[in-house]
Amino acid sequence: MSQYMLLVYEEELDEAGQAEREKTLPMLVELHAGLREAGLLVGVQRLHSSGSATSVRVRDAETEITDGPFAVTKEVLAGYYILDCADLDEAIRQAARMPMARWGTVEVRPVMAPDEWLRVSRQAGADVPDEAVNDLA
Amino acid sequence: MSGGTDPADHVSAEVTRAFRDERAIVLATLIRQAGDFQLAEDAVQDAFEAAVTAWRRDGVPANPGAWITTAARRRAIDRLRRNRSVADRAERLAELTRLETQHEKPSVDDESTIVDDRLRLIFTCCHPALAMPARVALTLRALGGLTTGELARAFLVAEPTMGKRIVRAKRKIADAHIPYRVPADEELPDRLRGVLRVVYLIFNEGYAATEGDRLVREELCDEAIRLGELLTRLMPDDAEVWGLLALMLLHDARRAARVDPSGRYVALDEQDRSLWDQDRILDALAKLERAVRLRQPGEYQLQAAITALQIEAPDAEATDWAQIAELFGALAALNPSPVVELNRAVAVGLASGPAAGLALLEPLLGDSALERYQPLHAAHAELLSRAGDAEGAAGAYQRAIALTANAVERAELERRMGALG
Repeated sequence: MSQYMLLVYEEELDEAGQAEREKTLPMLVELHAGLREAGLLVGVQRLHSSGSATSVRVRDAETEITDGPFAVTKEVLAGYYILDCADLDEAIRQAARMPMARWGTVEVRPVMAPDEWLRVSRQAGADVPDEAVNDLA
Repeated sequence: MSGGTDPADHVSAEVTRAFRDERAIVLATLIRQAGDFQLAEDAVQDAFEAAVTAWRRDGVPANPGAWITTAARRRAIDRLRRNRSVADRAERLAELTRLETQHEKPSVDDESTIVDDRLRLIFTCCHPALAMPARVALTLRALGGLTTGELARAFLVAEPTMGKRIVRAKRKIADAHIPYRVPADEELPDRLRGVLRVVYLIFNEGYAATEGDRLVREELCDEAIRLGELLTRLMPDDAEVWGLLALMLLHDARRAARVDPSGRYVALDEQDRSLWDQDRILDALAKLERAVRLRQPGEYQLQAAITALQIEAPDAEATDWAQIAELFGALAALNPSPVVELNRAVAVGLASGPAAGLALLEPLLGDSALERYQPLHAAHAELLSRAGDAEGAAGAYQRAIALTANAVERAELERRMGALG
């Protein structure tokens, strides 16, 4: 079993267009129930629109705060799922079942397991004990 | 030492033969057992390097494939013991060690496991989550044993670029857990089409180009045909697998006649037929027949049938254009594309006269995808000229000439335009 994050990107529509999409909620309820029943669903969250986003970066000890998302693109991050899947084929299959894939894009990204995170960083010279894995994630 | 041959040469030849015949088989199985593409590839490479020394010292083993398999597995164990950065290291070590002890008795993997492993390798290399150039490079590397340098020369990119492409693909297979398996039944048809597309792309890469390192390019055609043959052995019940092999063989049989000594491309009806490889054509036709008997029509079979009709006729006049037009019609129904429509219009023009051809071609003139497609305007000119419209033909030739970057092609179009009545 591996974990995948499915990032849902979609174009933000006007009110009427968005209302059409909201009508797919019963499909999502069914989809999520099915994923949960199959033991695949680790987490799912929907985000507020990109208009509510604030981007933060610190440069030369100065905190810069910008109104809006990190990248200004036509399709913006709208929500995400974390699924337990046997392999990429299964994750792709689940992504293709999502109604959002029909109007937006679902990006499938493997989640790095905490022990791998620790190993990769230590290999690069990070100095942390084994127990750090518990605090890390 | 008996015989006149240098024993060192004999060993080199045996290692080369084992590399050609056994490498992909050993690699395909070791990837499954070790669970890691990169590690398995490195271990197989080590094993072939070790073979050169060991076989010179101890003689060539009775079963070189088994020797390489065992050596590669031991190298994989060594590498896993040294490399702490591999995920699931303990489980993989346990599995390989188990195989190592079990293998003391000479239980050679049975044929179906070997077949399955090679299919797993092909489907993984051609996985749709990898970019097309990566699929092509990985397939040629893993199944054909081409080196990064050879791949770089074949695809006209710098060697470090090709190296990165392959490393990145293998990393994605590992990080994203692209499964090492033959797709399930419901996915198989789609995924197999994807594999055939990679193989045909490799063939065309070698066949279509006239630039670059010609020898390496020809190697691509040979490699694609070898892959096609392998697929017919692994999946003998799929008609398109046979259809693709037939199509590639039909093209390849005319390889020597396609380019004249000055490097100029020679169109089919002007080719010197004595340069065609008749045995290869017969072989291709037998394969096409086998495909057709399976009664699953498909685009490669149709393309092969069209090519077969063109090359079986003694010249352009005697060609069965009516049947070719019909086959193009079937191809267009199966896989609609403006280029197929254009070919169909040309065939209909030759079968039923220029007016019928023009009726099919004219709608394509408004297609924005074909606006700058030189063959459309050249074919339009040809049909108009045969229909007696010299003025219209001259205009179409001018459009075709304006779109031609190739000097030889331009000269030919200008000659035809000049010959208009």
